[in-house]
Amino acid sequence: MSFLHFTILLPFIAAIVVPFIYRSFNHKIHTGWFVVLVPVFIFINLLLQIPSISNGENILISMPWIPSLEINFDIYMDGLALMFGLIISGIGALVVIYSIFYMDKNREALHNFYIYLLLFMGAMLGLVSSDNVFVLYTLWELTSVSSFLLIAYWYERKKSREGALKAMIITVFGGLAMLAGLILLVMITDTYSLREMIANVDLIQESALFIPALLLILLGAFTKSAQFPFSIWLPDAMEAPTPVSAYLHSATMVKAGIYLVARMTPIFGGSATWFWLVVGIGVITLFYGSVRAIRQTDLKALLAFSTISQLGLIMSLLGVGSAAFYFNPGESQQLYAFALFAAIFHLFNHSTFKGALFMVVGIIDHETGTRDIRRLGGLLSIMPITFTIALIGSLSMAGLPPFNGFLSKEMFFTGMLQASEVDMFSLEWLANGCPILAWIASIFTFIYCMILLVRPFLGTFKPDRLPKEKVHEAPIGMLIPPIILGSLVVLIFFFPNILGQYILNPAIASIVPDLEKPFKITAWHGFGPELYMTIGVIVLGLLLFVSIKKWNIAFRVLPENLNLNYLYSSSLENMEKRSVSFTNRYMTGSIRHYLIYIFVFVFSVLALALITLNAIDFDFSNYAYVTIYDVGILLAMIVAALTTLFTRNRITAIVSLGAVGYLVVMLFVIFRAPDLALTQMVVETATTALFLLCFYHLPKLGKKVEKVKFKLTNLIVSILVGVTVTILTLVATGHKLFTPITEFFENAYELAGAKNIVNAILVDFRGFDTMLEIAVLFIAGIGVYTLIKLRSKGSDTDEAETE
Amino acid sequence: MKLKPNDVILNTVTKLAAVIIFTFSIDLFWAGHHFPGGGFIGGLTTAAGIVLLYLSFDIERIEKNLPIDYKKMAAIGVLIAIFTGLAGMIYGDNFLEQTFGYFNIPIFGETELATAVLFDVGVALAVIGTAVTIITSISEDEL
Repeated sequence: MSFLHFTILLPFIAAIVVPFIYRSFNHKIHTGWFVVLVPVFIFINLLLQIPSISNGENILISMPWIPSLEINFDIYMDGLALMFGLIISGIGALVVIYSIFYMDKNREALHNFYIYLLLFMGAMLGLVSSDNVFVLYTLWELTSVSSFLLIAYWYERKKSREGALKAMIITVFGGLAMLAGLILLVMITDTYSLREMIANVDLIQESALFIPALLLILLGAFTKSAQFPFSIWLPDAMEAPTPVSAYLHSATMVKAGIYLVARMTPIFGGSATWFWLVVGIGVITLFYGSVRAIRQTDLKALLAFSTISQLGLIMSLLGVGSAAFYFNPGESQQLYAFALFAAIFHLFNHSTFKGALFMVVGIIDHETGTRDIRRLGGLLSIMPITFTIALIGSLSMAGLPPFNGFLSKEMFFTGMLQASEVDMFSLEWLANGCPILAWIASIFTFIYCMILLVRPFLGTFKPDRLPKEKVHEAPIGMLIPPIILGSLVVLIFFFPNILGQYILNPAIASIVPDLEKPFKITAWHGFGPELYMTIGVIVLGLLLFVSIKKWNIAFRVLPENLNLNYLYSSSLENMEKRSVSFTNRYMTGSIRHYLIYIFVFVFSVLALALITLNAIDFDFSNYAYVTIYDVGILLAMIVAALTTLFTRNRITAIVSLGAVGYLVVMLFVIFRAPDLALTQMVVETATTALFLLCFYHLPKLGKKVEKVKFKLTNLIVSILVGVTVTILTLVATGHKLFTPITEFFENAYELAGAKNIVNAILVDFRGFDTMLEIAVLFIAGIGVYTLIKLRSKGSDTDEAETE
Repeated sequence: MKLKPNDVILNTVTKLAAVIIFTFSIDLFWAGHHFPGGGFIGGLTTAAGIVLLYLSFDIERIEKNLPIDYKKMAAIGVLIAIFTGLAGMIYGDNFLEQTFGYFNIPIFGETELATAVLFDVGVALAVIGTAVTIITSISEDEL
């Protein structure tokens, strides 16, 4: 295990230790102080990688995980992975510090919280640095699972559980689609490595599976990054504690989809489908999110919709940038790659200002007890520092100077204008629509930024409408993380090219390796269309914000049932109802029915296999001669079996069933299989004892007159099963499809040092089987125990009647 | 337990038979490497012996003299089996790869020691634990 592997797996290791730390130290020191060391350590380690990676020396280290399936945890650390790694660990450290003051150490189950958080951190770090697609997929799902756990952290609230479930259903659905897409890619290229897939891009683009793979992978990316129409899970995910919302649902996890699209751009980029899907969905999401955000009264919901909208913005830029792969290295490629650069830049900026804004909202919620903008107001004089951070964050989001959002917003307009000039993919109406939609969306973005800033902080302070009595500025520990992010927002505006040189350009180089020259970020590009667009956004945005009450009513015309949430919940409800009524039809609660299902299934599968494979052909040449002992034992067995069937006394039935078992033991002895005989004997003893113990609970035989129809079914089913199994046994000995491996087992003494081959097989050659078998046995035992011991009293009534 | 616990003949026989059954089961366990027997059979025989004890005496008495949580025993068995598999990985072998060697031990002389026995201990414990758990929980169940 290399040091880099250790760095990336550290959160998992820490997650194991956290409960012990919590138990022994939490009453003195907040567990978060220990946890914060993990992201800080990772952050510093990743910082140390910057010099070599910005020189283009990417790191590839392999660690075997499941070598027999060629699934290895290969870390491929390039510019893109490094940038994500820095965001994950950097914001992670700030969020943990913030959570120390946000989460009360005496009231909250902190060990759960930090285990989930560390799980997520490890999964996300591994996701962005893994080269193996299946490792990537596994960790992708692990981020969904940890997100589920974090959203449902306050699981006693119904809304939390529902939000968690919704996020889980949508993202896992997308994840499975992505898995299918990845499998298609593996089928085409015959490799599990992302780098080798990119190297074999010609194979993929010529394949007939190109479009299906593209669609499936985009489905994964769009669900994860909350793109329209899958965006509905993100607002509900806001039920999570605010540090989680700041971390997972704005800065990192929702960007996994962006990451995937960026990673896959070299593979799918240059195709018209990819271009228009990513640009189109991105712009629609941008527009949808910004419009919906204006209507929100909950500050966190507002931020959630704004995140959706910003993710759409980044997505659309990635779409425009994918056109770079249409061209050979040269001027046009450089031109379109600029959109990719803008996407990466805005992604980074978004993590800074949105992280800060979430923390601000968390502070407001923490100090006043509410996030409802109708109750808040006039906090400016009470929370001046918080206001300053909010000012920086929201103006940056609105795209104003001197904040980093201005730089990337201008670049975004450039990118959108480029999209309208794309002539090679001939979809003119969409091409012309994009910049217009993007511009309108930016106006709405400006408006909701103003709402976010003005409504809680300006106006009159209404203390009687707040749940908490004494409202004051947040503790310094809660302010430090957003202050750091806020200063980054300003610093990046003034020195964007330091970031550009060391982080953004290496990240671009890992998407488009053969760029002509690195990009530079400039704040002033002269009087161009971008500047006029920005000025237009500010002027119109201000006008509309002032008059918001007059036009806001227009939204009320829309019917309630016409939204995506309604569609989601009604289809979920319908599905539940249908499956319940379907299940109830055959799940009668009677074990006899279930046994019939099982046996009918066994019979049909076996019979079908025998017939379709044309396997019924007997070969008796290898059989041993039938001796007089065999005949005697067989006859005795038949008599015992018939006694079981026709007796009217339960004890007689049990004993004669035991007799059948012991007669089988005799057969084993005759055929010289002492191990089998011993096992069968002991098992028979144990089961007979078990039967004797529980027959007390069974209904008396013959008391109930069963329906003739039921008995007839039983007869037919048992005869069919018996005949099929007999035929199968007879047939099986006659077929030798493979070379027998008997000879290998005969070497048991040399290989395993055991003279008893049976035992050597059990504990050595097939040890894995045995291990799983005892695990299954154990699970079954615990199952029986729980079913009996922990049964709720209310369900006893049915069984009492049968007694 | 539903059976009457004051059956003198059963009690007397059980006291003797239990010793024999347990001894036999231990013998079966150790014989497994070279002769018929092994962890599964040995474990199940032990379980049968324990069930016999439960049948002839009352539960309180057995729980006092044999204070074992069979659920935990089963879990420990499964864990032992898994960890003996993991132990080999430290030496660079595959998961569950067993080794053996011949050692000269005082009194016993040249003796074969195999890691498979440890694995078998896990199997035996899991089987005993599960079998007794199932049987006792079903029989103790009061409807």
